[in-house]
Amino acid sequence: MFLFFLSSGLFLGWSLGANDAANVFGTAVGSQMISFKRAAVLCGVFVILGAVISGAGTSDTIGKLGTVNAMAGAFIVALAAAVSVYLMTVLGYPVSTSQGIIGAIIGWNLFTGTLIDYTSLTKIVSSWIACPILAAIFSMILYKLVVFCIKTFKIRMFKLDTLTRYGLIIVGIFGAYSLGANNIANVMGVFVPVSPFRDISFMGIFSLTSAQQLFLIGGITIAIGVITYSKRVMMTVGTGIMKISPVSAFVAVWAHSIVLFLFASQGLEHFLISHGLPSIPLVPVSSSQAIVGAVIGIGLLKGGKGIRWKTVGGISVGWVVTPLLAALISFISLFFFQNVFQQQTYKPVEYIVSAAAIERIENQGIPTDKLKGMLGNKYSSAFQFNKALKERLSLRLDDTSFIMESTEYHKMEITGAAIRFLDSKWFTEEQIKALEKLDGQVFIHTWMMDEALAGISPSWRIKKDDRLFSRRLKEKIDRIHDLFHTR
Amino acid sequence: MDFDIFKRRSGIETQIDEFLNRVSEAGLIFKGAVVDYLKGDLETFVLKRDRLHEAERQGDVLRRELELMLFTKTLIPESRGDVLELIENMDTLLDHYKGAMWKIDIEQPRICDEFHEDFKELVEYGVEAVESTVCACRAFFRNIDTASAHMDKVIYWEKKSDVVSTRLQRAIFRREDLRLSHKRHIRDFVRFMEKIADEAEDVIDRLSIYIVKRAL
Repeated sequence: MFLFFLSSGLFLGWSLGANDAANVFGTAVGSQMISFKRAAVLCGVFVILGAVISGAGTSDTIGKLGTVNAMAGAFIVALAAAVSVYLMTVLGYPVSTSQGIIGAIIGWNLFTGTLIDYTSLTKIVSSWIACPILAAIFSMILYKLVVFCIKTFKIRMFKLDTLTRYGLIIVGIFGAYSLGANNIANVMGVFVPVSPFRDISFMGIFSLTSAQQLFLIGGITIAIGVITYSKRVMMTVGTGIMKISPVSAFVAVWAHSIVLFLFASQGLEHFLISHGLPSIPLVPVSSSQAIVGAVIGIGLLKGGKGIRWKTVGGISVGWVVTPLLAALISFISLFFFQNVFQQQTYKPVEYIVSAAAIERIENQGIPTDKLKGMLGNKYSSAFQFNKALKERLSLRLDDTSFIMESTEYHKMEITGAAIRFLDSKWFTEEQIKALEKLDGQVFIHTWMMDEALAGISPSWRIKKDDRLFSRRLKEKIDRIHDLFHTR
Repeated sequence: MDFDIFKRRSGIETQIDEFLNRVSEAGLIFKGAVVDYLKGDLETFVLKRDRLHEAERQGDVLRRELELMLFTKTLIPESRGDVLELIENMDTLLDHYKGAMWKIDIEQPRICDEFHEDFKELVEYGVEAVESTVCACRAFFRNIDTASAHMDKVIYWEKKSDVVSTRLQRAIFRREDLRLSHKRHIRDFVRFMEKIADEAEDVIDRLSIYIVKRAL
């Protein structure tokens, strides 16, 4: 059954391969600098590698926006994204799966009454604006650099031709890897929370997590998309939309790949964090936006006369329409799937106003007088609870989020049998011992267990000055929330 | 993965250089042959005619190979059309040398002694114009920024050629002792020689567009 539900994600992966691969190798193939066969093989291989090795970063952000917690829901969300991307592609707009999937998740949020995480949404949407701008800036700098090198080293026409070919292959590989790393979350991200796969270890040499197995499948479908259908799109991109020289194409793909990599690299993020520098959010950005931004950058550098602003305007409208269209398709399809086909598209998340939660909220300095009147009340969705809160209180967005988090009903029972399931290589001995001390205890809110663990051992305490440690701890905490969850 | 494309590049660059060498060589042969003809040394003239004919034939072979190589190996796809056109235009100049030689050989014009110096000068300017065109072409392939200096020289030689041609034609038609048919015959040759520089100028006009298209 899971494979059936996964099919929409595979369709989305295929369309990503068919369309977005053109952003990486389109100009090179269209201008006959590289043969399609070579481009398709390189693109396919490196998309898969990027997805499996570096795909985890952006998936977290997708997960934060909305954890699609039922398989049928994930199916519809991926299908809505794929259909909207397909429709926009038919209309001739270079859109990306990023826009489709985000719109579709918002459609799911609206349908299920889950509150939209505006912090994540703002992060994603602002990255969509930053992405083409960054790509334009990078392409301008790189173009200047490349021209300087060509002039300084007096590179001959045929040598330049050869170097450009190699350059296009190298940045194409980099681009394919970055595309896989950044965009796999669009294809498979929604399936991660509902994946039935277990971690596999290959003779102790390397292991594939459940998410990585999904990313491998997704990567393969992207590669199939590249091989089976991207030729036409590549030729269109290479000869129709962007008539640019091979050197400009090389710079554009290079800039595009850097931007995609920046928004996908956990390694870079760790490096920046460990050196106390501001990190770049790991967000699935649009490769189409990146390539269009990069080309505009080169166009601006040449005086801007060659840029068809009307086309750019049309493309930008497409970027706005796609998420809206995906949200609409997602919402309507979920309604039909749930009510006509009787499929569970989400697992309801309940909220309960418990005494412990009120105490926590009070400690935060939020007035709880009116909240006390709701003591013991249970709400079947975030939307209902939020509505009830709004009727009684006027709260700031931050306070609302805190109250929601404090009251979310998530019953967990810590048992010795479940503790034995934990990976002893991932969890430290101290962390496992702390859990064992709580054996037999039941918690109704996640934060209750978190606080209990933090009280027992410093190994379960978030360190505000060590973001890297905190991030890893958060992953472990999420794991135990799932593991000890009971109905 | 084709690692032979470096070899391919050096191969095609050598071919282009060879082709341009043939054009330069043909210019030198042509210049010498005209001097021999004017001296009345027809034996040497015929030898040089045959050498030029051979240079032109080799040029044709190289041109065909180059065209084939550029298309089959899909080299410089963005400038391939321009490069092919450039090579064909240069081949036209080579053809013009050959045509002029045969024209002299067949028609054997009687050029009066007083016109000899101007006639040699006219040929000299034409060949110089072509030679500067060859240099501009080499620069186009090697270091595009230096091409314009050679192109300026072509324009300079073309103007000098125009001046000598006009002077020569005027002098021809001022001679009252020559028959009109004789005058017109010599005039034909003057025009034919003048055309060499004109054609060289046409080539660099097109070359300047190719350069703009390749501008970074």
